[in-house]
Amino acid sequence: MLGWELPPHNSGGLGVACFQLCKSLAKNNVDIDFVLPYKTDQENDFMKIHSTTPMHFSKLKNHLNAYDGMDYLSSHAVTSEQLNYEHFVAEKAKENEYDIIHAHDWLTFRAAMKAKQATNLPLIVHVHSIESDRSGGESGNPIIRDIERLGLMMADKVIAVSQMTKESISREYGIPLDKISVVHNSLDIDELGELDDENVYQYIELLKSSGYKIVTNVGRLTIQKNITGLLQAAKDVIEVLPKTIFLIVGDGDQYQELIALSAELGILPNVIFAGFQRGKKWRDAFSVADLFVMPSVSEPFGITPLEAINYGTPSLISYQSGVSEIYKNCLKVDFWDKNEMANKIIGFLRNDSLAKTMTEMATDEIMSMNWDKSAKATISEYDKHKKVLA
Amino acid sequence: MKKSIILYLHAHQPYRVKNYSIFEVGKNHDYFSCDDSDSNGNQKIIDKVSEKSYLPTNKKLIHLLNSYPDFKVSLSITGTLITELEEWAPDVLQSFVDLVNTGKVEIVAETYHHSLAFFYSLQEFEIQVRMHREKIESVFGQTPKVFRNTELAYNNDLAIWADKAGYKGLLAEGWDKVLGWRNSNHLYKPINTQNVKLLMKNYKLSDDIAFRFGNRNWSEWPLTADKYINWINDSQDSEIFNLFMDYETFGEHQWEDTGIFDFLENMVPIWLKDSNNTFMTVSEAIDNYEVVDAIDVPETITWADTERDLSAWLGNAMQQQAIKAIYSLSSKILGTDDWSLIEDWRRLQTSDHFYYMCTKYFNDGDIHAYFSPYKTPYDATINFMNAWHDLRFRLNEKGVEI
Repeated sequence: MLGWELPPHNSGGLGVACFQLCKSLAKNNVDIDFVLPYKTDQENDFMKIHSTTPMHFSKLKNHLNAYDGMDYLSSHAVTSEQLNYEHFVAEKAKENEYDIIHAHDWLTFRAAMKAKQATNLPLIVHVHSIESDRSGGESGNPIIRDIERLGLMMADKVIAVSQMTKESISREYGIPLDKISVVHNSLDIDELGELDDENVYQYIELLKSSGYKIVTNVGRLTIQKNITGLLQAAKDVIEVLPKTIFLIVGDGDQYQELIALSAELGILPNVIFAGFQRGKKWRDAFSVADLFVMPSVSEPFGITPLEAINYGTPSLISYQSGVSEIYKNCLKVDFWDKNEMANKIIGFLRNDSLAKTMTEMATDEIMSMNWDKSAKATISEYDKHKKVLA
Repeated sequence: MKKSIILYLHAHQPYRVKNYSIFEVGKNHDYFSCDDSDSNGNQKIIDKVSEKSYLPTNKKLIHLLNSYPDFKVSLSITGTLITELEEWAPDVLQSFVDLVNTGKVEIVAETYHHSLAFFYSLQEFEIQVRMHREKIESVFGQTPKVFRNTELAYNNDLAIWADKAGYKGLLAEGWDKVLGWRNSNHLYKPINTQNVKLLMKNYKLSDDIAFRFGNRNWSEWPLTADKYINWINDSQDSEIFNLFMDYETFGEHQWEDTGIFDFLENMVPIWLKDSNNTFMTVSEAIDNYEVVDAIDVPETITWADTERDLSAWLGNAMQQQAIKAIYSLSSKILGTDDWSLIEDWRRLQTSDHFYYMCTKYFNDGDIHAYFSPYKTPYDATINFMNAWHDLRFRLNEKGVEI
């Protein structure tokens, strides 16, 4: 298994999804050697982690952001890490008797192709996002697109994390639909840390007790996530409901732009920027809110609304997300429809019984979710391709 | 009548907001104290500027004042700097008292908190002017008679206010667009006023010292006292030369190794060598010269940036929203009678906070970056707004609806 990140050193959902999938695969008796480009603190008893450099993540972290596509052209560090990674993987693949090469997202595709050339093992590429997702609907970095195209063509099978992603892969790269299977991500609520008695956002708690409503977004501040759209809707919301606070948790290339935009929209006092957070400050951001909004332009899967309801907060999400294919008890909107976004936020914040019902129903919904189904679907792909090539 | 140099120095330090996250709001109400590791902490900056500028400059000025009977200085010192010195560097405050005790230093009035309150709340502005006057009286035993507004922000309304308030003079930028064909080297009066006079900064001569002195790329570098005094002596149609600048020019903006202290020491005797030349304080200039014309300033001018307007503080939406947010709390904060809360609110009115949020990144951005303790104007905005949120938290604790 080839991946670029795992918790606790993940920059987003990719690392978590890889980790959870592997854990469930291991429960279903799959032996996994997982190759990472850095040394990690990650400890587990269900798979073996190999690091392609002896350098710890903390030394490399500035170079390895799996999502920063536009930096790829200019960053020697990413390319040289990729070269290390490729050599390591090709050697490793020759040394051992593997059944399958399973590669996650474009950063590992070159290594995956090399390993396939060296061993002729079946290659499954697992797509968590493609370049156009990450660049907010624009075409993005042409070099990355080339790598994605080659990887998708060389693969024996493509796994997409949603129907939406499957269709984009086919549309953008001409991959036949029947070569692509959808395996949705899931949620393992046992893996999520628990809330404690005191929320770390004390000021926001106080605002709530003074009649304020809280809307939050937790995620990277990049064009893909459409926080600009959320802030534009926020302006309309605040005009109608002045006691609304928008809590923005995360960091990214739009951080400065979003602060300036809040001021230009005249809502700076109602928008709180909390920066990138993990652990308790991350969990409490969900739980302190009345509504979580994921307005992404394109979200191949998008696990955060499920995490939000685990912490008791229902969501408004864009239809342009993989999670909207499986998550029913939430509000949905087209990412471009700012009026409707504002309308739904206002309607939700004004309607306590809607909030209560949605929270209850959505909580039931995630209780039945787990990764086992995803793991079994993945294994069935392994089995098909092992046989074909054997 | 002799020709006079009016040397006016402005000493100020703000209470900078530390890195203050949303997680501290409601828990820690101290926005201004950094831990020891932070080199941008207010106390550290006081220590640094005292050592580099205040102490050596006061020493040099006292020496010059004692040596040359005709040498005079005008000084403004903000309430925030005085309280910082009282707390962290009483010996430095004493050196300012010693300076004033030479009897040849006139203190200029301003707002205690170096704020832009004049443009947002006249009531609050007047309170801060009174606070400053009382502080100056108690520390220096002097009652200021000439007024300068924060950043030399000036317009006709300010002049009318100062006239009614009984000030004999005002300081303003000698900006070409206001002066037209006139030059800054005479005494003026503001239009529509009775008694108050106007001294206008000679920005070229002032900025030669304040901004360009140590710049090796400047065609006039190195600037010697001889050369500088020659420029002044050559100036036709002139009575007074208003050299207005930050006090910290000496040793802090221009470091000692530029030769700034030697320049100061040399220029005084070289200027006084001609018996037709002298120095005056701002009041003396107003008493000794005749008004030559009235000045009309309908739009606010300041002494900053190439625009000479308020855009360094209020040019972008972040700055406008932040200052609006602060003044929106006025009546609620003042209603609490909680003096620690009120003082924190006033410290957040200091214009420097808004200057740090400035996004003008060309010529002026260099100067902005030099003066800012933050990496970006966006960080400045977030820290400031978090402190603002905490003011609201404290209001709520007192039962005030927010």
